Amino acid sequence: MADILDVTQSLIQIVTTICIVVISISIVMLLYRTIKGPTNPDRAVSLDSIGVNLMGIAGLLAILLVTTKFNDVILLIGILLFIGTVALAKFLEKGVIIERDMD
Amino acid sequence: MTRTNDIILRTTTSLIAFILIGFSVYLFFSGHNNPGGGFIGGLMTAAAIILMNMAYGSEAMAKVLPVNFRFVVALGLAIAVLTGVGSFVFGQPFLSQTYAYFQLPILGKTELATALLFDLGVYLTVIGVTMTIILTIADDRG
Repeated sequence: MADILDVTQSLIQIVTTICIVVISISIVMLLYRTIKGPTNPDRAVSLDSIGVNLMGIAGLLAILLVTTKFNDVILLIGILLFIGTVALAKFLEKGVIIERDMD
Repeated sequence: MTRTNDIILRTTTSLIAFILIGFSVYLFFSGHNNPGGGFIGGLMTAAAIILMNMAYGSEAMAKVLPVNFRFVVALGLAIAVLTGVGSFVFGQPFLSQTYAYFQLPILGKTELATALLFDLGVYLTVIGVTMTIILTIADDRG
């Protein structure tokens, strides 16, 4: 029984490490799009995707470190990402983020 | 400029603002034993108000939420100082904190600490400062 437990534990660690490496490669490729991106909307979308990948890395890190304290952080990244992307989209679309009077 | 139709943003904002404020209240109350506390809770509440400002415009939000956030800063600082001064009443040094267990109707046996009142001061101050900065910057076009 202890054998199976050990195998499962090492399996989880190996799989989590592989996933972190793959997400890191994805973030590097998105960073290339952020730096190179011809237009500003390209950069906005790639920054949004980097944030989603960051949420994934935080979740995988919570598995690797065997803690539940990161769950607040994951929700926090998602909320800040949404607000940041909305602000960026409003700036690109209208030039102002907080309008004074919207009809 | 043509009128833009942002009904999707407004509908999702009215949903997400509730989740944001609920999450901020959770962070505020869980700060004693878990990650969280007055600072991050106040920042989340300010984020919810900023999101509503972005979706509905600052004029409409001034009608919905008629609060001068400079007074919120003063109120938060006053609460924080008064919790410190309040320990003089019991003959203790400045900013002494204590806690006790109470039998509440729904929650059962609960630990209530006076540090929560100090955290409330931090919470209000953070909301006031953040909203003052953002709204002051946003209003520069007259």
